[in-house]
Amino acid sequence: MNRQDLQTIIYAEKAKDLNNKYKHKLCVCCGAGCISSGSEEVLKKLQEEVKTRGLESEVEVISTGCMGPCNQGPLIKFLPEYAIYQKVDCSNIARIVQSQLVDKKPIEDLLLFSDSRPKPFINAKEDPFFKKQHKIALRNCGHINPERIEDYLVHDGYKALDKVLFQLSPEEVIAEIKQSRMRGRGGAGYPTGLKWESVYKYVSDQKYVICNGDEGDPGAFMDRSILEGNPHRVLEGMAIAAFAIGANKGYAYIRGEYPLAIKRFEMAIKQAKKLGVLGTHILGTEFSFDVEVRIGAGAFVCGEETALIASIEGKRGTPKPRPPFPAESGLWGKPTLINNVETFAGITPIINNGGEWYSEIGTPKSAGTKVFALAGKINYSGLIEVPMGTSLREIVYDIGGGIQGGGEFKAAQTGGPSGGCIPAEHLDVKMDYDSLISLGSIMGSGGLIVMDKSSDMVDVARYFMEFCMDESCGKCVPCRVGTKMMHDLLQKICDNKGTSIDVARLEELAVYVKETSLCGLGASAPNPLLSTLRHFRQEYDSRIDLE
Amino acid sequence: MKMVSSTPVPELPKTDPRVKLIAAKIKKENHKADALIEILHTAQNAYGYLPMNVLKYISTELHLPPSRVFSTVSFYHFFSLKSKGEHTCLVCTGTACYVKGAQLILNEIEKQFKLKAGQVTPDNKLGVQVARCIGACGLAPAVVLDEEVFAKVSADDIVHKINAKIVAP
Repeated sequence: MNRQDLQTIIYAEKAKDLNNKYKHKLCVCCGAGCISSGSEEVLKKLQEEVKTRGLESEVEVISTGCMGPCNQGPLIKFLPEYAIYQKVDCSNIARIVQSQLVDKKPIEDLLLFSDSRPKPFINAKEDPFFKKQHKIALRNCGHINPERIEDYLVHDGYKALDKVLFQLSPEEVIAEIKQSRMRGRGGAGYPTGLKWESVYKYVSDQKYVICNGDEGDPGAFMDRSILEGNPHRVLEGMAIAAFAIGANKGYAYIRGEYPLAIKRFEMAIKQAKKLGVLGTHILGTEFSFDVEVRIGAGAFVCGEETALIASIEGKRGTPKPRPPFPAESGLWGKPTLINNVETFAGITPIINNGGEWYSEIGTPKSAGTKVFALAGKINYSGLIEVPMGTSLREIVYDIGGGIQGGGEFKAAQTGGPSGGCIPAEHLDVKMDYDSLISLGSIMGSGGLIVMDKSSDMVDVARYFMEFCMDESCGKCVPCRVGTKMMHDLLQKICDNKGTSIDVARLEELAVYVKETSLCGLGASAPNPLLSTLRHFRQEYDSRIDLE
Repeated sequence: MKMVSSTPVPELPKTDPRVKLIAAKIKKENHKADALIEILHTAQNAYGYLPMNVLKYISTELHLPPSRVFSTVSFYHFFSLKSKGEHTCLVCTGTACYVKGAQLILNEIEKQFKLKAGQVTPDNKLGVQVARCIGACGLAPAVVLDEEVFAKVSADDIVHKINAKIVAP
């Protein structure tokens, strides 16, 4: 299929929208969270209800990806009113359709957050949960049917790829990304444009693009939701990257624990190939790019880029010393670009709106927005996207609705097993790469777990150390032995058998492991320990020398 | 983990539909060694776990030493060398679930069904495992019972649900 054919399809789809074929669009959230709350049955019931009432010609019912407030599912969103109904029970559907669609009277006590807000918002966009957010990577998540490429096309899908192929040179694409000042969303925060440029500079007959969807940190589900809610966005980002660096083959490495994400991404690849926006001679140009899915097999260390490459090659996922960096010698020894799912999801808006536009969002050193998976002892857990530099307080209290049961905030854990805990006195910290590092935590991939007074911080440190100990690949001694020793000492303190010597030993070991481990897993494994020692020292002190 | 080297590995019946499924996958991947993990996924989906004779078969077909296949299997959590039981109960112990008491749920299941995580009951009816994170953090604590995710569960709740599963014909 060439460019004209694709344009024809897009115009036809857009015409449907413009002619107001449907007066109402009803979106049922079918993200993984809502599915486990029973949203598939709700979708079926809603479709039946619309049909029995003979409304099919004016009401469109679609299933979408994650809308955000996972804790309140199943969710139905009525467009254009933007009324969201929460915890929808199949028995309520007839009543909701009658009131909302026919009588035009929203049922207030079934609306989103009606059980916790004094008065729910009829237009959910007005609710602080949504109002404080700025959705770029998640833009179409929850609005479009992720299983239909046409839905994506109508929302400017593959427009950026078209622009890149017909108007820009690879150098210009890289310059645009550099200008955006975007930093890698996988955790380390390396500037994306620089990474692309370094792979571009290596001359090779073959280069690869890899999408890292091995979201291994416990407490994180950003990548999962993006892959499930808008797989084409990621695919388009990968294709643009491939064009920029000169690759013709890509791999998407997705966790085996995410079957729905795998299914939808594979579906997206098939649809994109059929429309000629993926495969050989994309849109009739000389550029060819193919993508294959590789299913992860459950190893946290495979989030590390060299380990991930080993895993794609079908081997044990053990990391290699760098340099050489994958940009020079990656998959099968060829120059390879590895970016995270969320990074790829942010590429098309940058191409469409310009790097300058993106660079003005967020803070000077951390541009753009960040997706967080908000969970733990918080009222409204779910998936959110905020400009970099939003304070933790705004996230927890304005968006998250505060602590469950009116409890007191104790700490927020960011960065999973590689991150740390932020105590209450730093609630006003700006959420950006550098501010979090200065507090001894990291941005990480975006997991944000809120804890209240019931959490024991020594046990939290032990929990994460146990995780790192289990996940250590065993290749280098500091990580393999160090995490085990630190875990045992933490266990001893948890059992009230520790002494001040044990704490001193822990501090000493943490430094050794941090400085001498081969890869990021080991080097960051002591972070939860060090950050709890820094901010919650009294909890350690109260448990030692008790005998 | 111990490899039982003294007992001979029984031949695979080539007519078994599960073997055919694996053979088709190997053919699709052109017998390439780098597709090992993909093929192991197919095999585990077919059998529910990875029997030793299946690993032997895969190693022959991919021209890989059995040690290389075994080392890959033992490295990844997803692959299991033992049957996981007729019904599986997977308790998520990710951070959000941990904060909301996943350990208490696991303790109760272990106590009620007299087994530890990673084990199967003697009658092979129930296997209990833990997951690092299933990504349903907004619904913590979560437990997966035979592929179905149960959100915001309590210990009693899940014990009740398991009982219903293993007693049902």
